[in-house]
Amino acid sequence: MSSVGLQMPEGADAPDDDRLELRDVTGPSALGGGWRRSWDLLYLIATTEFKRTYFGTVLGYLWSLGRPLLLFGVLLAVFTQAFHLQNGVQHYPVLLLMNIVLFGFFQESTTAAVPSIVAQESIVRKTQFPRLVIPVAVVLTSLFNLVLNLVVTFAFIAAFGISPRWSWLLIIVTIVLLLVLSTAVSMILSSLYPRFRDLGIIWSVSATALFYGTPVLYALERVSPTMRHIVSLNPLAPILELARRWVIDPHAPTPAALAGGTVRMLVPIGIYVIVCVAAVVIFRREAPRIAEAL
Amino acid sequence: MSKTFRIPDHRVDSLKERVLHPLRRVHFRELCSLRDVTFDVHKGEFFGIVGRNGSGKSTLLKIMASIYRPDAGRVRLAGRLAPFIELGVGFNPELTSRENVALNGVLMGLSRQEARRKLDAVLDFAELREFADMKLKNFSSGMMVRLAFAVMVQADADVMLIDEVLAVGDASFAQRCLDVFADMQRRGRTIVLVTHDMPTVQRFCDRALLIHDSEVQYIGDAEETALRYYRINFGGDPDQVHQPGTLPDVSARVLDVWLEDGHGRRIQNIQQGERFSFHCLIEARRALRNPIFSFQFLDSGGAEIFGFSKTLGSDPEAEEVLPPGERVLVGGEIENRLLPGRYYIDAWVVRNRTAGDLALHAMRLLEFTLYGTQQGPGSIQLNDNIQAVVLGPETAP
Repeated sequence: MSSVGLQMPEGADAPDDDRLELRDVTGPSALGGGWRRSWDLLYLIATTEFKRTYFGTVLGYLWSLGRPLLLFGVLLAVFTQAFHLQNGVQHYPVLLLMNIVLFGFFQESTTAAVPSIVAQESIVRKTQFPRLVIPVAVVLTSLFNLVLNLVVTFAFIAAFGISPRWSWLLIIVTIVLLLVLSTAVSMILSSLYPRFRDLGIIWSVSATALFYGTPVLYALERVSPTMRHIVSLNPLAPILELARRWVIDPHAPTPAALAGGTVRMLVPIGIYVIVCVAAVVIFRREAPRIAEAL
Repeated sequence: MSKTFRIPDHRVDSLKERVLHPLRRVHFRELCSLRDVTFDVHKGEFFGIVGRNGSGKSTLLKIMASIYRPDAGRVRLAGRLAPFIELGVGFNPELTSRENVALNGVLMGLSRQEARRKLDAVLDFAELREFADMKLKNFSSGMMVRLAFAVMVQADADVMLIDEVLAVGDASFAQRCLDVFADMQRRGRTIVLVTHDMPTVQRFCDRALLIHDSEVQYIGDAEETALRYYRINFGGDPDQVHQPGTLPDVSARVLDVWLEDGHGRRIQNIQQGERFSFHCLIEARRALRNPIFSFQFLDSGGAEIFGFSKTLGSDPEAEEVLPPGERVLVGGEIENRLLPGRYYIDAWVVRNRTAGDLALHAMRLLEFTLYGTQQGPGSIQLNDNIQAVVLGPETAP
């Protein structure tokens, strides 16, 4: 075992005012280079990406808004006309819109994050770059999108005749909960993707499955108890249910009631926490070696 | 410090393969890239890392740059470090040059404020100010290289790690890069350069490290490193270098070289037909027995025009020893029959009057332009007495 040092000379020929201290180079890591640098990079990458999407073309934002709106239109037509999912659900159309926007954020950010580190190969292999910044920047870009979409959603909600309430502000809690979960999932997927290249396909199918396993299209109280209890294990379910109570219908059933008791709520909360912890553990483990796996 | 890459014989690249063959052992070939490499680079030093392709020099640089993690050992550093593994890393063609410069500055370790402050300086250096808001995808490759290089220069870290960025661009660009590096060094920056261009090492590096087969072959004097590198490449078994009997009596150093006109003034370029003299000051760094100092004039196409070799005395058979530290001035007037054009002067020194026994490897000393109006084919004009005479019809000379 030996070392490489980039040192000050032994002699005193260097002026004292720029004496620099020798410190260990820790090698590549999730936040290599410190918080400050990571934040600067994150900010720059996310804002330039955002600007590129929205200011580059006049239609930029309209396009990204068009996607959820179009999906909303199709789903609304199919599920109200063919399946009558709106029966017994208050303000079903706007609930559907809000759910699509919220779930869309989770799906969009995680799907985009999967190949993100591999896509930035040259940066990862040729510069000193905090690895964590890459997936988080993807999530952050989606977050800008979400905020803009929510503005439109709230306009629809108001137009639908639901009067504004203070509890609308709690949507921020929903956003934070979703943001943390999306970031955690993105960290896991993006750091494992260089080693397991089929994660891309696996995740796109899983995310679609999750779309149906989350009360996006339907209200959870309208499905069979067994189904309801299974879906309630999904940590995304209580997040959407809470948003529904806060924004659209304060009389909607609580997540605990839908899960079949407060105790059962421990499962989705537990999954949520496990995913977050796993994200940190996996990312920290993978980060130093990502450049070699590419 | 050591670094081993595990190269799987059969790469398990997907979950599917993991699931289908959970019990299959993955067989790795261990590829040892660096074995117990230890060295110091001092502040303000221009340090070269040389070695053949695959010798591990780039891996070493990447470990120093925190891109790879060493398997054993550690790296310590004082101050801020900026790696330049390639020009223009992280440039996004969809962004304007202004945005790219800001992003790249931060990538090179500046803070956001610093990067913004240096924006103008970067654009000025690259001479691309009027293209500040143009998207990079519309840039020519030359403009791109200029911008990338400007970002790198302005990053101005305490320690710069540079990996063959000179390989891109034309000769004049490479020259400009080297001038900038030398200037950085004068301002107290530490520069670590990975290269296989030995003239660069000889000209700029204070010290150099030779890596061969993942191990350090030599650390020290740049001239010596270059010589050993040539031996490894052209001289067969590098281990012989360590055997005392074959240790070459190396290292003569060129201290100064210049041209003078007929009045003894130093000149850069020569006028056609004007008298000029050539002078070269060489220092023996170890004892040189029976040295021969050889010089060669080349034209711009690299063709040899003429050359001369000089021993110390006038008697080519006499025994001569030049003690270490002794200086030799080789110089004198040269008949000027050169035609206008660009010319180069190369030099080398051998010892023991043996052609292959190099004490100073061939190096480019000087280049100059010969200017004048009498253009002609070739490089040299010889005196002649040729005439064209009219003889009339059917007359034999």
